[in-house]
Amino acid sequence: MLGFLVLSLGKIVVVFGCLMLTVAYMTWVERKVISDFQVRLGPTRVGPFGLLQPIADGIKLFFKEDLIPSQVDRTIYLLAPALSLAPALIAFAVIPFGDTTTLFGLLPAPLGMHITDINVGVLYIFAISSLGVYGIVLAGWASNSKYALLGGLRASAQMISYELSMGLSIVGVVMMAGSLSLVDIVKAQGELGVWFIVPQALGFCIFFCCALAETNRAPFDLPEAETELVAGFHVEYSSMKFAMFFMAEYANMITAAALATTLFLGGWRGPVLPPVVWFLLKVFAVLYVFIWFRATLPRFRYDQLMAFGWKRLLPLALLNALVTAAVIVGVS
Amino acid sequence: MAVGLPAYLVLAAILFVIGVAGVVTRRNILIIFMSVELMMNAVNLTFVAFSSFLRALDGQVFVFFILVVAAAEVVVGLAIIYAIFRHRETVDVTDMNLMKG
Amino acid sequence: MSGAASLMEVALFAVLALVAIVAALVVITHRHPVYSALCLVITMLSIAFLFLLLRSEFLWVMQITVYAGAVMVLFLFVIMLLDLRREERPWRFPENRLQVGVGTLLALALVAELIVMAVAVRLPGGAGGGISPEVVAAQGHTQLLGRLLYTEYVFPFEVTSVILLVAIVGAMVLAKKRVE
Repeated sequence: MLGFLVLSLGKIVVVFGCLMLTVAYMTWVERKVISDFQVRLGPTRVGPFGLLQPIADGIKLFFKEDLIPSQVDRTIYLLAPALSLAPALIAFAVIPFGDTTTLFGLLPAPLGMHITDINVGVLYIFAISSLGVYGIVLAGWASNSKYALLGGLRASAQMISYELSMGLSIVGVVMMAGSLSLVDIVKAQGELGVWFIVPQALGFCIFFCCALAETNRAPFDLPEAETELVAGFHVEYSSMKFAMFFMAEYANMITAAALATTLFLGGWRGPVLPPVVWFLLKVFAVLYVFIWFRATLPRFRYDQLMAFGWKRLLPLALLNALVTAAVIVGVS
Repeated sequence: MAVGLPAYLVLAAILFVIGVAGVVTRRNILIIFMSVELMMNAVNLTFVAFSSFLRALDGQVFVFFILVVAAAEVVVGLAIIYAIFRHRETVDVTDMNLMKG
Repeated sequence: MSGAASLMEVALFAVLALVAIVAALVVITHRHPVYSALCLVITMLSIAFLFLLLRSEFLWVMQITVYAGAVMVLFLFVIMLLDLRREERPWRFPENRLQVGVGTLLALALVAELIVMAVAVRLPGGAGGGISPEVVAAQGHTQLLGRLLYTEYVFPFEVTSVILLVAIVGAMVLAKKRVE
């Protein structure tokens, strides 16, 4: 019992540490990749290749004046950034990073490389991401500002709409794997021999679009873009609280990329390199595509965005589920 | 199981009665609605507790249906509240005592 | 069951029960609707974890996704749309002192009755419905529930889908602005 608790705590600390480090360096990666797309250099001055830029940004945000406008609802105003960050981090509890390890022979029994394996892993991640709406809607409301409220309501309406299609796009994968557990889904891809993106290409495209909308990334970032709605729901936030919203956004992005990797790209499976390296490579590939979309595509208008989610993605996801079910029943 | 059935039932009973107190006491229609949801949650807890101790899943199927119907009810109820508010500018139930209008 | 695990179960139950009751009390007493809604979310989350403690993992995630993640967000939307503020006097003290007093007494009587009945409940002996925790662990809770839902309860299942459709259409009709 104690051993189990110590091991779990160790896993949580390692995953949390790596996740926060990745979130910080995602800002650097994003700036460098976008500057690459725009044929310019990006951060180069702070440290070699600008690698210390995230640290410099963190220090700046930490020392910035912490403004709390007088008419805000204080409790909720202070709580909202944390409410935004927590679900993004918690969702990582079920994602498998690798097969099993004995930590180079230190452990008596092989340890699965995931914090925990729940039978309903996929549903758990959707439950946690549906809680992610609260941070945004409460931030918008607590700021006691029209722009913030509108931005918050729009962002949360967008997130709720796309959650639906996201869940349905995964139904095909779950049917093919026969299980809701993420560890089992990765194993099923090994047994099938091919990654699920091949038979479920439509599902992957729908999932990717929905992940972009869920994380409020371009081209679905109307509710929070600086040029629209005066920066939306976080307009009244400064310094560390603002930083927390951005950490939450990047953490959500990483979770979505990790989920896409696990469900469609074969998780940690791969020929020569160790499993964790494959996992990281695939996650970074998906994140690169996220940044690529941001650098390339123009923004959706809000009504276009909602129409896309409800009138195009939802029927397509249902069609995907129907066809997958028909094929599975037909083959067996 | 270490925690027996009576513990769960007592907890559900307390939550149910808190919900009833909310419905009877408060004047804001949204709080009344929330208290009704609280009562439904207490009932859900009772169902799942019994299902777990009687070793049958039928109770949990019923909870599934209650979940769905409660969601549908909240949607329609909130639409009604919004329509009333547009008309009368109030959410105080003591002001909604006329069937006309 | 090993001592440490059952101790953890009792401790978890106690914490979740306490959080649920305190949050429920805040729901019915707080003067600001948004805070009531947020405390209701906390209550629903603790009930969800109580479902998990009762080994019902599918209902755990469903409770969080549907109730805490969708229904309560809808409540919050409506509260924010109607721009409800802190209420001045939720109970109109001191005029209805008598009503609140009698109401509290009746509530206490009701809860005492329910507790007496709850403590006296006697489960039938034997294997019950046959779905013991070992069966659930072997076959998966979601799978068993799904099997039941699509065989014995398929008609109510289809009826609920119609209910949802009716709710969607009804809400759109009710909330639409009348175009004169």
